[in-house]
Amino acid sequence: MARKIFEIPLYPYRRHPDQDESTPVRHPVIVIGAGPVGLAAAIDLGQQGVPVVVLDDNDKVSFGSRAICFSKRTLEIFNRLGCASEMARKGVQWDTGRVFFRDREIYAFRLLEETGHKFPAFINLQQYYLEEYLVKRLRALQEEGRPIDLRGRNKVEAIGQHDDHVTLEIATPDGPYNLEAEWIIACDGAASPTRRMLGMDFVGQVFADNFLIADVVMQAGFPSERWFWFDPPFNRGQSALLHKQPDNLWRIDFQLGWDIDREEEQKPEKVIRRLRAMLGEHTKFELEWVSIYTFQCRRMEHFRHGRVLFAGDAAHQVSPFGARGANSGFQDIDNLVWKLKLVLGGKAPETLLDSYDHERVMAADENILNSTRSTEFITPKTETSRIFRDAVLDLAERHVPVRPMINTGRLSVPAIYDGSPLNGPDSNVLPESLRPGAPAVDAPLSEGWLLDRLGNGFQLLLIDTEAVPEKDLSGLGIEPVALSADESPEFAERYLGEAGQAVYLLRPDQHVAARWTVYEPEAVIAAFRRATAREEA
Amino acid sequence: MAKLITTPNIADADAFYAALMAAHEGCSKEESDALNARLVLILANHVGDMNILLQALELARQKA
Repeated sequence: MARKIFEIPLYPYRRHPDQDESTPVRHPVIVIGAGPVGLAAAIDLGQQGVPVVVLDDNDKVSFGSRAICFSKRTLEIFNRLGCASEMARKGVQWDTGRVFFRDREIYAFRLLEETGHKFPAFINLQQYYLEEYLVKRLRALQEEGRPIDLRGRNKVEAIGQHDDHVTLEIATPDGPYNLEAEWIIACDGAASPTRRMLGMDFVGQVFADNFLIADVVMQAGFPSERWFWFDPPFNRGQSALLHKQPDNLWRIDFQLGWDIDREEEQKPEKVIRRLRAMLGEHTKFELEWVSIYTFQCRRMEHFRHGRVLFAGDAAHQVSPFGARGANSGFQDIDNLVWKLKLVLGGKAPETLLDSYDHERVMAADENILNSTRSTEFITPKTETSRIFRDAVLDLAERHVPVRPMINTGRLSVPAIYDGSPLNGPDSNVLPESLRPGAPAVDAPLSEGWLLDRLGNGFQLLLIDTEAVPEKDLSGLGIEPVALSADESPEFAERYLGEAGQAVYLLRPDQHVAARWTVYEPEAVIAAFRRATAREEA
Repeated sequence: MAKLITTPNIADADAFYAALMAAHEGCSKEESDALNARLVLILANHVGDMNILLQALELARQKA
């Protein structure tokens, strides 16, 4: 078999001139960790012209498929970062899901997607491909002269917090050196050494579980469907999931429970025996990768600690049901980078970064809630909850109305930052789904897509308004985007509803800051000040 | 907000009670538990209104 992408060093160690300086060089932003979330942070910062150094103790993309399901919002974020098309092209989708209970199929369903979006609800794609595309995008930005510096095999060994900077001690194959940063983004994963070095732990562990995850190559022709088993004969009392990935690769997740023998469970003969029972005696398959994955469902109390900002698994972890791990990490970055850019540029006070904590802690709680509900259904904790769970599954076969209670994971959707200190005025005649705090929803335009036009800076979306923004509005760096309801029925329905005109103030992460039905410059300026933490409402 | 009906609402209460007992006839404890769970789910879907369901849950949680 050809060498897999995850076996090749993509960012090998190279000695950097910083290592020869007698006093530590200070950088505006250092990202710790070049996993998918750290790479997204580096691309976003570099693309916006904020110099960034990324330190990673490794030099390769992740081993095995790991995170495999990426949501529409993730693709929209990567679209803004200039690398979604390759992901969407390579990724696969399933359109039929099947649910099994014990030894039988209880029902199948078709995935019906809302139309009028550039990207699908999700794609399945091995994490190593996603990371490879991110590294490619990062390299392309470097070629354009964007200030991104990715340093492989640079392991952060110690961190010191100071009033106006952070100090780092870094180990490399050439020995140690020190760096300073105005800000740190810690994206160093669930076991985050940064978190540990700063002496912080998680609050309230909700639960924990183990999964045996396997990548299996099967001949073409095996259906491209999502199969979920409750209490199957080949994994009694637990669950199992089969998912299609690109390259005739299928991902299989066996839930194992908490008290297991890790060595024993990973033995190839044991794994192959499980797979035979699951796929049938006649299905030919080849085991490519197997691993045991332990998750816990918990978050840090705060994601900002002075000048260190935590993102992704370093800050919060959930069960895999619903694909709310990596997807929420990209939303963290989407939320954080524009704020950091304004603070570094002196255009917003440091307190703007507290809204990162507020908004993303809220999102993490929503993910933990959904993930906990899924886990409660999949793994009932008491006899009574098992009786009800089994009753739902028994009934579902012949009684359609209980099917919505079957919870095999609720797919990651972006959080709406209700109650955020950055939110400005709302208009109750406009559609509720686009209230302040909500991410802009995509819609077809007469040419291209709405989200292709949005993001990276504050924008004022004006729909069929008579007045147009004055110059001083652009002076604040707010770009007017004037569109008409005639662009498409979806656009009119999503942004106007019953109203005849609308004005949306959009943040650089495409979330709605405030909205009105008429354009009034003073109101927009006040909302802009609020959205950049410069003024209380 | 819709209110849970807290006055007698089944025309022939005796007949309903008998039907409920008959449905459980010959069931083991385990089978009866499963039947009751299915019944709750079927009735809950029929009611649909979350407020009514929460009022019913609250009433059911009260002990004598």
